[in-house]
Amino acid sequence: MPPMLPDAEATLGALADRMRGGVAPDAAFVGIYSGGAWIAERLASMLGHGHRVGYLDVSFYRDDYERAGLKANAKRSALDFDVAGSTIVLIDDVLYTGRSVRAAINELFDYGRPAAVELAVLIDRGGRELPIEATYVGARLAVARNLDIVLARDEGGRLSLAAESRATG
Amino acid sequence: MRNPQLDAQGGLTHLLTLEGLPAAVITQILDTAVPFVSIGEREVKKVPLLRGKAVFNLFFENSTRTRTTFEIAAKRLSADVINLNIGASSTSKGETVLDTIDNLTAMDADIFVVRHSESGAPHLIAAHLNATGRRHVHVVNAGDGRHQHPTQGLLDLFTIRHYKRDFRNLSVAIVGDVLHSRVARSLIQGLATVGTPDIRVVAPKTLVPAEVGSLGVRVFNDMRAGIGGCDVVVMLRLQSERMRGALLPSVGEYFKHYGLTPEKLALAKPDAIVMHPGPMNRGVEIDSAVADGDRSVILPQVTFGIAVRMAVMSIIAGSQGSRA
Repeated sequence: MPPMLPDAEATLGALADRMRGGVAPDAAFVGIYSGGAWIAERLASMLGHGHRVGYLDVSFYRDDYERAGLKANAKRSALDFDVAGSTIVLIDDVLYTGRSVRAAINELFDYGRPAAVELAVLIDRGGRELPIEATYVGARLAVARNLDIVLARDEGGRLSLAAESRATG
Repeated sequence: MRNPQLDAQGGLTHLLTLEGLPAAVITQILDTAVPFVSIGEREVKKVPLLRGKAVFNLFFENSTRTRTTFEIAAKRLSADVINLNIGASSTSKGETVLDTIDNLTAMDADIFVVRHSESGAPHLIAAHLNATGRRHVHVVNAGDGRHQHPTQGLLDLFTIRHYKRDFRNLSVAIVGDVLHSRVARSLIQGLATVGTPDIRVVAPKTLVPAEVGSLGVRVFNDMRAGIGGCDVVVMLRLQSERMRGALLPSVGEYFKHYGLTPEKLALAKPDAIVMHPGPMNRGVEIDSAVADGDRSVILPQVTFGIAVRMAVMSIIAGSQGSRA
């Protein structure tokens, strides 16, 4: 039985509501490719403080390189502002084991020492393997281990969620 | 027999030659190098991918520049780097090389970067590692004899793609001592694989290799005709020892006919780029006004070379044979 997934656009609205009043007006939004990058751009325009937006591809910091090799199509990380001294909100689509966030924090610190780092995620599906929690969550879901929750974006920019069977255990 | 540089899944496990390397693998390397370029622009120019791995720079033939770029690339991937300069004496061939390899793998080498004056030496080492079940140990050819210099060919391809975006409409002229150039051989094969329609070799008759026809290139002995209307001019280094043979009359004569001057460059497209693998002989194959001019991308080639070597090492060290 596939799980009932919430509407991604409504969940994004709920996440933006939780961030309003909580996020510092001068915080920079850093999206983790690819889903987190889309969400970071949307949140920056929804919250309307002129938040700077950056992007991280954590391929070079992943802890499964020894098992899985280098991911094809790694993107270029782009943080076109000074990380040192900035408040950063890391943004991802789905928070699961916490390993991507761990990799993103490590990469972030190679750009400089931020004043503070927060985490905003569209979906928290539980199943953490590291002591990492999100500061802002759009929706919490219980999902079977053999499923991946995948965020997609259509040509008009609308976000949607789907559950896919995991190719390998 | 299977291409020895690919694993059973078709992934790159050694980089030995661009001959027969599939376009998809070349594109994977070039694409992977793009984010590595931006690592070089950061405050901390290191990523942790090869932490705990040992890269042995095994130079049987001296080349400070190539060794240095591999060393920087490996260190930016957080690998430990061991440099071994082994003089290529006539006795240290064949079994002796493989004995060296066996000793160094016993010291837990993960990647060998091999430069050798004998064509095929990196192949020999890779075949030996494959045959003895050490598929987790990888070989990168850093130049073998007159045969190949695949990472130089790849960084040339990366540079061309960076400035020209696409290979499918390009005219590329490779000028100079093609006969003795492993750089030229690698680049010609790479350009052909990625679909470059017009590849030209421009050289005096004495410096054109006999087998050049089989590479699918056009040969010009007149430089003005050869670089006319082209998008990319790749100048090759004229090795001074060639002058001592009977292949060329004099440096002055060579520069007159095959040296790249502003006047000759004006025959190429207005936005043509000028490349050179280095080290340059100013006033022999290239005029300083061109080498230092606004069409020259010779120094960006060096910077891109580090990113391309990072891409190669991180792809092969993460290939199937290395996985737990």
